[in-house]
Amino acid sequence: MSIEVHNIRKRFGSFVALDDVSLRVNTGELTAILGPSGSGKTSLLRVMAGLETADSGSVHFFEKDVTGRHVRERGVGFVFQHYALFKHMSVFDNVAFGLTVRPRKLRPNRAEIKRRVDELLDLVQMTNYAAQQPSQLSGGQRQRIALARALALEPKVLLLDEPFGALDAKVRAELRRWLRRLHDQVHVTSVFVTHDQEEALEVADRVVVLNQGRVEQIGPPGEVYHSPANAFVCTFLGRVNIFNGRRLPTLPSAVDADGAPVYYVRPHEMDLTADPALAGDSHISGTVTHVNAAGPVVRVELQTIDKQHLIIDVSHDHFRNSRVTRGDTVFAAPKDHRVFEDGAGI
Amino acid sequence: MTVATTQHESSLAPPSPSGDQRAIGGAPWVVRCLLISVAVVFLSIMIVLPLAAVLFEAFRSGLPTFIRALRSPDAVAAVRLTAITTAIVLPLNVLFGVAAAWSIAKFEWRGKTIFTTLIDLPFTVSPVIAGMSFVLLFGARGWFGPWLASMDIKIIFALPGIVLATAFVTVPFVARELIPLMESQTGQEEEAALSLGASGWSTFFRITLPNIKWGLIYGCILCAARSIGEFGAVSVVSGHIGGQTETVPLHVETLFGEYKFGAAASLSTLLIAFTLFTVVIRHLLQSRKLLARSGHI
Repeated sequence: MSIEVHNIRKRFGSFVALDDVSLRVNTGELTAILGPSGSGKTSLLRVMAGLETADSGSVHFFEKDVTGRHVRERGVGFVFQHYALFKHMSVFDNVAFGLTVRPRKLRPNRAEIKRRVDELLDLVQMTNYAAQQPSQLSGGQRQRIALARALALEPKVLLLDEPFGALDAKVRAELRRWLRRLHDQVHVTSVFVTHDQEEALEVADRVVVLNQGRVEQIGPPGEVYHSPANAFVCTFLGRVNIFNGRRLPTLPSAVDADGAPVYYVRPHEMDLTADPALAGDSHISGTVTHVNAAGPVVRVELQTIDKQHLIIDVSHDHFRNSRVTRGDTVFAAPKDHRVFEDGAGI
Repeated sequence: MTVATTQHESSLAPPSPSGDQRAIGGAPWVVRCLLISVAVVFLSIMIVLPLAAVLFEAFRSGLPTFIRALRSPDAVAAVRLTAITTAIVLPLNVLFGVAAAWSIAKFEWRGKTIFTTLIDLPFTVSPVIAGMSFVLLFGARGWFGPWLASMDIKIIFALPGIVLATAFVTVPFVARELIPLMESQTGQEEEAALSLGASGWSTFFRITLPNIKWGLIYGCILCAARSIGEFGAVSVVSGHIGGQTETVPLHVETLFGEYKFGAAASLSTLLIAFTLFTVVIRHLLQSRKLLARSGHI
C-alpha cells in the first residue's frame, strides 16, 4: 500500500529532467523530495500528479496503475508553489470548489458543503476568513487555504510543490512544523518538494535526494544526513569540510599513492584547539577568520596555509575554555570522516 | 535659473501634495501653464470642437427634426444592418480572439511569432485594400465569383460581404487584449481546478473566463466600436444600396453627399454616443485597474 514510481524518464527538448527515477512512498508517510534547482524534483511531483506525462515509466497508487489516468481522475490533492488560489473567488468558494464541480449526482448539498468547508477551515485554523478574498491574505494564510482546498475531496495522496518556497524564513519554519502536525492529524500519504535541506530533514519521515534527474539516496532524515550514500548527498545535506587525503597522512584509510582520497568531515566532527600538543597526530593548522557564537554551537571558520576554508562547530563550553579569537593560529583535527568513491576530483 | 526658482518656491511652499508635484515636475509655473494650455487647446480644436459641431448641426432644427431624421426608412435600415453586422462579427471575434490568445499564450508551436504578427495586420493595412481583396475573391469576376453565382450565393454587395469586411478589420481587437493577459497567467489555477476534478469546460467557464473577463469585455467594446464605425472596407464591398447595404457610416456619407447635413449629423450622434460610451467604460476599467489586475493579484 503506497505510491510507487517505476523507471520514470522525462525530457524537455534536449534537457533530461528525469532519468530512470524509481521510488516508493509508504502509506501515511510524509516524504520530501529534496534537490537543487533543476534536479527534476518538481517534474517528478507533476508526473506523480498527472499534470505532466512521463516519456516512459509508470506510476502506481496503492497497487493500481494510474500512469494513463488524467489528473482529474487520480484523486490527488495538489498544492502549488504559488498557491494558485482562484483569485476571483472567496476563500470559502476556493475551498468548496472541488465539491461544487462534482457531477450533480455525487455533489453534496449546500449544507453539507458548508459543513465540510467549515471543518477544513477549522483544520487549517482559518475559520474567520471564509468571506475574504485571496488578495486580502498573507502568503502563509494563502498557503493554508490552498492546503484546505486540496484536502476538500479527502485525497488519498497529497502532493505539495515547494509549499513554503515563497514565504519568509520565520513563517516558513512555523508553517512547516504546522504541516507536520497536520499530517499527523489527517495521515494522508504526502509528498512535498523542497530545495531546502533543513526543511526536508526537519519535517519528513523519509527523504528522497534528487540530483540531475536521478535519485541519489532515499532514507529517513537521520540516515541520509549521517550516512550519505555519496559525495553529492554529503555536500548537499549540511555543511562539510573536504580534505585531500595527502594532507592527513595519519588517518587510517589515507594510504593511497595517487588516487588521492577525499575526506568529507562535517563541522561538528572536528576538534579545535589552540594548543598544538593537544591537537593529535592528524591536525591541520589554520588562522581563525570568523567566529559566529550566535546559535546552539559556536561556528569557527579557519583558513589553512594552503588557503583552504574550514568550518568547525564547537560547543560554547569548549569555545570558552579554548579562548580562541579571530586571527589566532589554531589546530583542527577530524574526529570522524567519510570517503566516497565518487568523491575524488574536487 | 530654473533650479534657483524651484528651490525658492519649494522653500516657501509648505509640505503638501502640490508641493510634491512641484518637486516631480521641477518646472516653473509658466512652463507648466504653457504646456497644459497647448495640450488642452490642441485637444479642444481637434476633438471637442468637431464633436460639438456635429451635435450642434444635429439639433439645430430642433428635436423633432432630429427624431424624424433617425426614423427615416433608410436610416432605420442602416441602423439595423449595422446592428446585425456587429451581432455577427462580435461573437466571431470573441471566438477567434480567445482561441488565438489561448494558443499563443499557453502553447509553443512553430510559426507562432508570424501568427502573432499577422493578427496585427488589419491594424496596418488600409481598410480599402481589405474590402478590395474580398471583391477580388468573391466579386462577380473574382476567383470564386462564377462558382458562387452558379450556387446563387451573393457575398459582395450583400450582408455576407459586409460581415467579412468588418470581421477582417476587427480581427486584432479581442486577441490583442487577451494575449498579454493570458501570457501573464501561469495556468496553475487551471491545473488546480483540474486536479480538483473539474472538467475542461467547467475549468474554462469557472476559472479561465473569470480571469480574462475584463480584458474580454474591453476587447468586445473596442471590437463593437470599430465594427459599428467601419467605413473603408465596408464601403468597397457594400455597393451603397440605400436601405439595403448601407451601414450607418455609409448612410451618413450618402446623406452628406446629398447636402443633407442635418440628417447626416443626426445619424452621426448615434456613432458619437457609442464612442463616448466606450470612453466611459475604458475610464471605469482603468480607474479600477481591472484591466491590469485581472492579470495578477
